[in-house]
Amino acid sequence: MPTDTVSPPGRGGRSPDHYVAPIEDTPLQAVDSVKVDAKVSSLWADAWRAMRARPLFWFSSVMILFIAFVGIFPQLFTNELPNDNCLLANSNGGPTAGHPMGFTKQGCDVFARVIYGAQASLTVGVVATVVVVLIGVVLGAVAGFYGGFSDGLISRATDIFFAIPFVLGAIVLLSVFQGPSNAIIVALILSLFGWPQTARITRGAVLEARGADYVTASIALGVTRFKVLLKHVLPNAIAPVIVVATVSLGIFIVAEATLSYLGVGLPPSVMSWGNDIAQAQVSIRTAPMTLFYPAAALSLTVLSFLMLGDVVRDALDPKERAR
Amino acid sequence: MSIDTQANVGTASAATADQRKPMLEVRDLQVGFTTQDKGIVPAVRGVNFTLNAGETLAIVGESGSGKSTTAHAIINLLPGTGKITGGSVFFDGEEISAMNARQIEDVRGRLIGFVPQDPMSNLNPVWNIGFQVEETLRANGLADSKTDARQKAIKVLQEAGLSDAASRLKQYPHQFSGGMRQRVLIGIGLSSQPKLLIADEPTSALDVTVQKVILDHLAMLTRETGTSVLFITHDLGLAAERAEKLVVMYQGKIVESGRSKDILADPVHPYTRRLVAAAPSLASKRMQIQKVEDADATELTDALDVTMIERAEQREERAKSGRGYITVSDVSKTYTIRRGGFKADLFTAVDKVSFQIDKGTTMGIVGESGSGKSTLAKLMLKLEPLSGGAISVDGKDIDSIKGAKELLAFRRKVQPVFQDPYGTLDPMYNIANTIAEPLNTHKIGTSKQRRARVRELLDQVLMPQSTMNRYPGELSGGQRQRIAIARALALKPEILVLDEAVSALDVLVQGQVLNLLTELQQELGLTYMFITHDLAVVRLVADRVCVMQKGRIVETATTDEVFDNPKELYTQELLSAIPGAGFEFGR
Repeated sequence: MPTDTVSPPGRGGRSPDHYVAPIEDTPLQAVDSVKVDAKVSSLWADAWRAMRARPLFWFSSVMILFIAFVGIFPQLFTNELPNDNCLLANSNGGPTAGHPMGFTKQGCDVFARVIYGAQASLTVGVVATVVVVLIGVVLGAVAGFYGGFSDGLISRATDIFFAIPFVLGAIVLLSVFQGPSNAIIVALILSLFGWPQTARITRGAVLEARGADYVTASIALGVTRFKVLLKHVLPNAIAPVIVVATVSLGIFIVAEATLSYLGVGLPPSVMSWGNDIAQAQVSIRTAPMTLFYPAAALSLTVLSFLMLGDVVRDALDPKERAR
Repeated sequence: MSIDTQANVGTASAATADQRKPMLEVRDLQVGFTTQDKGIVPAVRGVNFTLNAGETLAIVGESGSGKSTTAHAIINLLPGTGKITGGSVFFDGEEISAMNARQIEDVRGRLIGFVPQDPMSNLNPVWNIGFQVEETLRANGLADSKTDARQKAIKVLQEAGLSDAASRLKQYPHQFSGGMRQRVLIGIGLSSQPKLLIADEPTSALDVTVQKVILDHLAMLTRETGTSVLFITHDLGLAAERAEKLVVMYQGKIVESGRSKDILADPVHPYTRRLVAAAPSLASKRMQIQKVEDADATELTDALDVTMIERAEQREERAKSGRGYITVSDVSKTYTIRRGGFKADLFTAVDKVSFQIDKGTTMGIVGESGSGKSTLAKLMLKLEPLSGGAISVDGKDIDSIKGAKELLAFRRKVQPVFQDPYGTLDPMYNIANTIAEPLNTHKIGTSKQRRARVRELLDQVLMPQSTMNRYPGELSGGQRQRIAIARALALKPEILVLDEAVSALDVLVQGQVLNLLTELQQELGLTYMFITHDLAVVRLVADRVCVMQKGRIVETATTDEVFDNPKELYTQELLSAIPGAGFEFGR
């Protein structure tokens, strides 16, 4: 039976080993207070903050912007036209005034060809990536969100296309349909074999997001399933897709160069680094620089995209970030 | 204030410490974590305590209080960037905080056993149980040959209370239940007959009835061998029941320490007072005492208690009248589980369940994991079709709801709040958009009116309006749960299905959210279906209780009847498993 009332602190009756910290030592904060003055943070705001702090991000994005600019306005960078004014007299000639990178075997200006080559490479990379993301996200989201029969069908189709190495598939297709090829056609054929990866990643991310309580809560609110997919599931599943897309942009550029080098990609009439590398191969001993410049341009472009992909992955992957 | 400034529990009380020598002494321990942008962030800021031989001491605190970090620092098992930045730890007279990695390895496991928190992830799934037990025995030099290790491993499992130990050794972790795995881990922890056992939330992941059995067993084993136990837990009731001494931590510091009885009967520090007042197991116990004895006989530590008890009394009055607003009759739900190929098994998650809920009351649905209580929530929310039986709300059979319009009307009436505060809000949506989503979906009001309603709802759940532009990632668990409640209230529903809505929250926050829910119920006349595994919480909020086991309802009664006079054996088991049940209040 309680005989004493609430004890004042420091009352004598307490057992000697009862220790109480001085109250001013551990101020009791409101258990549930919101830090209102802090910066607003969401996944994207945090990712942007993380990326902004990385020099690699600035380096790669400036490089990419520059290359894109060159690709769109090549005439601003050189007065020469890549295929005109080719004089055999200049064949494999070294650098001269106005021609800082020398001449190809056909006597064309290497600098002009490198500048004009950016366009084809970027077109193939960007178009292929956009198409791959579109196909992959739609199919992956349908498979992951609705499951059942559609999932079975799409997943099997993904497996089948996955089994075909995409450069090999592109070679076969391009050599069967020999016709007037251009960058768009090459990009489309590359994306035909490139979408399974995006589809798989989307499917996995959607499967994960689908199980979240906020999805159930939205359905219980009366939001239709399709709207839930669009408004809640996809936005939460898109981060890994963006990461893969940035990296695969570089890979598509390499693939185009590979195909052009093998003679099945872009026709020689289209300026492309791959074509130039193929043509320079014959004079590698006499004029190695004609090989070096387009190869260096290709490497720098791909490297920029891969580096950006790396930075984006670090920023969007919560495991990489200190919480 | 003339509070005792003496910091070491026990050292000054020479008279009592004489018979018992100190086994573990922690002096001014400080631990910090190195972070990228903020330098070293302190997690433990000067902790002192002494644990004598054969004693059990519990460190109690909420998440982030530094209790687990303290335990890990003692055996030098701090994760990643954690580092002891000051102070010392003496074990059996030796300073183990000054030992190098090799020396501490000799102590850890052999002299100090450790039982980790999560029995699911602490056994390696690719090795059988026998291998893992034998590995520990050999690593600690307790077995010299293979056959010897096998013999001793069998003994360890037998002591851990597993029957048929010899054949159990060949099984893999996934063939063991959570309770059995924790038994194995306790067995491993005690296999070398250590002088000290550190148990870090050893039963937090387990059902209450399993928790009781495991802790009883642990207490028996350590009593036999005279092992000291350092017990880490977030549950004050559990700590008080299991340990002679308590250390209450808050934000990396000790706020109060001493004998469990003293602290529970007479908490001095305001934080401890709040903890004692808020712990559901203790609060429900106090309500029980209050009912049995005269109202003046028990001292109430906090205003929270008083209001809870008053409300409980009002609820009792209401529970006696009224007719079924929600009627659940013979409801069943079976799932088909694919077994590969064309084989499929039927699994009955909910089996012929019937009960009624009156308008404006709270029905507590209690059960352990796998009892089918969450499935029942999904059925109630019409997220899954019924396999049999019928649910009617306000006289309307929910199975007969057809078409988008009728369904939307139903959705307006019944809203859920889920358990996981981290999964319940879309991380991509800020708070304003999250709460406005139901209004947008049901096309209620203009965008200006919707914003006004969002403000109103934030007020209702006691959140500042400035949180509107914040994202869920910036809020604590309790705050997120309030936002989830605000979202559920946006459509002015009549029924809330609360599926473990407070189970993942810290005690104080849990108390606040429960309080909020009770207030909202009175204000708005809401009907709650309150699903939980914790009978103690039910005691605080529910008018009637359904106890579920394996998909069936084993007992339905008013809350008082269930607590005073449980008829079914299972209910009695659940009740006796509430920690602190045997504890005395008010000396």
